[in-house]
Amino acid sequence: MSLLEVTNLHATVGAQDQQKAILKGLNISVNLGEVHAIMGPNGSGKSTLANVLSGRPGYTVTDGSMTLADEDLAELEPHERAQLGLFLAFQYPVEIPGVSNMEFLKASVDSLARARGQEQPNTAAFIKQVRLLAASVDLDPQFLKRGVNEGFSGGEKKRNEIMQLLLLEPKLAILDETDSGLDIDALQVVAEGVNRYKNENNGVVLITHYQRLLDYIVPDFVHVLADGKIVQSGDKSLALELEDKGYAWLT
Amino acid sequence: MSQTSVDDLVEARSEYSAGFVTDIESDTLAPGLDEDTVRFISARKDEPQWLTDWRLKAFAHWKTMPEPKWAHVHYPPIKFQDISYYSAPKSQADGPQSLDEVDPELLRTYEKLGIPLHEQAVLAGVVNANVPPVPSMGSNVAVDVVFDSVSIATTFKEKLAEAGVIFCPISEAVHSHPELIQKYLGSVIPQKDNFYAALNSAVFSDGSFVYIPKGVRCPMELSTYFRINERNTGQFERTLIIADAGSHVSYLEGCTAPMRDENQLHAAVVELIALEDAEIKYSTVQNWYPGDENGKGGIYNFVTKRGLCGGARSKISWTQVETGSAITWKYPSVVLRGDDSVGEFYSVALTNNYQQADTGTKMIHMGKNTKSTIVSKGISAGFSENCYRGLVRISPTAENARNFTQCDSLLIGGQCGAHTFPYIENKNNSAIIEHEASTSKVSDDQLFACQQRGIDSEKAVGMIVNGFCKEVFRELPMEFAVEAGKLLEVSLEGAVG
Repeated sequence: MSLLEVTNLHATVGAQDQQKAILKGLNISVNLGEVHAIMGPNGSGKSTLANVLSGRPGYTVTDGSMTLADEDLAELEPHERAQLGLFLAFQYPVEIPGVSNMEFLKASVDSLARARGQEQPNTAAFIKQVRLLAASVDLDPQFLKRGVNEGFSGGEKKRNEIMQLLLLEPKLAILDETDSGLDIDALQVVAEGVNRYKNENNGVVLITHYQRLLDYIVPDFVHVLADGKIVQSGDKSLALELEDKGYAWLT
Repeated sequence: MSQTSVDDLVEARSEYSAGFVTDIESDTLAPGLDEDTVRFISARKDEPQWLTDWRLKAFAHWKTMPEPKWAHVHYPPIKFQDISYYSAPKSQADGPQSLDEVDPELLRTYEKLGIPLHEQAVLAGVVNANVPPVPSMGSNVAVDVVFDSVSIATTFKEKLAEAGVIFCPISEAVHSHPELIQKYLGSVIPQKDNFYAALNSAVFSDGSFVYIPKGVRCPMELSTYFRINERNTGQFERTLIIADAGSHVSYLEGCTAPMRDENQLHAAVVELIALEDAEIKYSTVQNWYPGDENGKGGIYNFVTKRGLCGGARSKISWTQVETGSAITWKYPSVVLRGDDSVGEFYSVALTNNYQQADTGTKMIHMGKNTKSTIVSKGISAGFSENCYRGLVRISPTAENARNFTQCDSLLIGGQCGAHTFPYIENKNNSAIIEHEASTSKVSDDQLFACQQRGIDSEKAVGMIVNGFCKEVFRELPMEFAVEAGKLLEVSLEGAVG
């Protein structure tokens, strides 16, 4: 069953009078249970795709369509897209001083539950669950009391994103270069988390520069994004080929 | 003032005193301010000669004073002769008859603050609304309910009397405890202190009086207007709190519910006196009408608040959450005269739309080993201007004085302003003075990070702002802290997105 449908997507970035076209007719279709890797050279539009799908301000969709579970994403506010089940693991997770991680997570889970007409979790049980998940991605539970990402190292921030992925169990997870800047141990923790998350009822879009991550998370499809379009698609072997030859032969 | 002579008015009052519902309309004073106005107010309250003279002296001085211009606020000149200086209870007949007739916008706000229906009716001024004898907060708060410049009910009076605590309208204390009033009124804030304090001294309407006897710990939190209608309590409130040696009191002032008020100028005076080993904790939540989103209307809140740590080891702590008023001009201060005395100031001041706030504190160290702490959190949104202005003065006599100041500003959006004006005057080399300041902004990235986890932007800003204010909220009485958090969220509505 189709989860994410992106058709002929055109998008620009920047203020009204100085918009720059980044996505120029992008197509991608993700079904339930699938992992798609999107690779491509710098500036090809990989992060823009993640931002446009999740609704980050500053981007404008100029043509085409994008749906998640048959809902038109372009019509929705960013928090409504999240409530629909779209999750973005940030390339650069932001710090929010004064708001503790635990408080942030509870607000998130409560908002999602409310929007979906579900009951909000019991606080004590919730705290216990979060502590266990934190331990499972090698995050010291002490971090939960600190401000969101406040004083976290790069690796800790990324593990925090994966912990949130496991907690929120979204329908679609988009990972925007979650592997960048990670040492091999952290990379394995992240990959293990994603593998634990994925199942037949969700989908994963992995945006990455390097083949390395795909040694741990095996994609069903690999796409090459160049100049705002998918120029080549294939299976895992395409990633290996890219590792060998670079992107030049495709663009 | 009208042609009616003072004597006539005094006579009118004796009729009035028989019951509160006599000819109310005739009790309202025409706009204007002269000596007769002052005499009228004093006569109206049946005050002793010394107090009438005290008011007149203040008035004579006020006439010679220029309006202060140093604050970082801008407003058209106030026409003091166009103000009515005694607001009597208004006829309720033209008020809304039920909640259905009340502005739905106002009701929506009450709902957001979680105010029960019957209290909403009272707050919105519904005719014949049921005033609950005890506010829904529980039985730990004594409420001196004040309506329209005249106190009409006091709860918990007996329990307080048992402990020997005096808690009554100041107009009543003038008669029941003249020796205390005469001794302490104006002892911390003299009539000539500043322009608005002088005006208040001349025409003050009413307010609260508290006396805690030696060694007594006040058995409950005292609150003047907790949630109950503050409409027309008078533009010129006067509060006097005296904590005798070794006593302790916590006093709550204000209300989280938004108040509609026709009076544009409010100039209150609050004096606190803590004797040896006594402690006063004074908490304020101020949410007067801030004007509309275009900056039209709103209250001018020009308040003088000061406490005197008169005795050794005494302590005075001010905590304030200021979200209302078009203009706020307010510096709750502590004079640390007793050795080893402690002064504290914890403040959250939030401005949105076109609000202006110039607020802070003064810590005047005179005694040895005196300590002061200042934590100020300013939040600016919309087109507002938010200033912290603080003075730390160490006198030559203040050996080993210690001050710590932390002053943080948070900006939301790109059109508002945050300003800091710290003054430090040190005349003693043994002093240790610390000042920390920071300015930060709620970034688009932070908001988006919250939204991406399903939290809408309004809630996200509320969460970030509450986090920013944590250190101050911690100082508020528990039930107030929760309300204060909600209040900030409501006050910031429309600040983003």
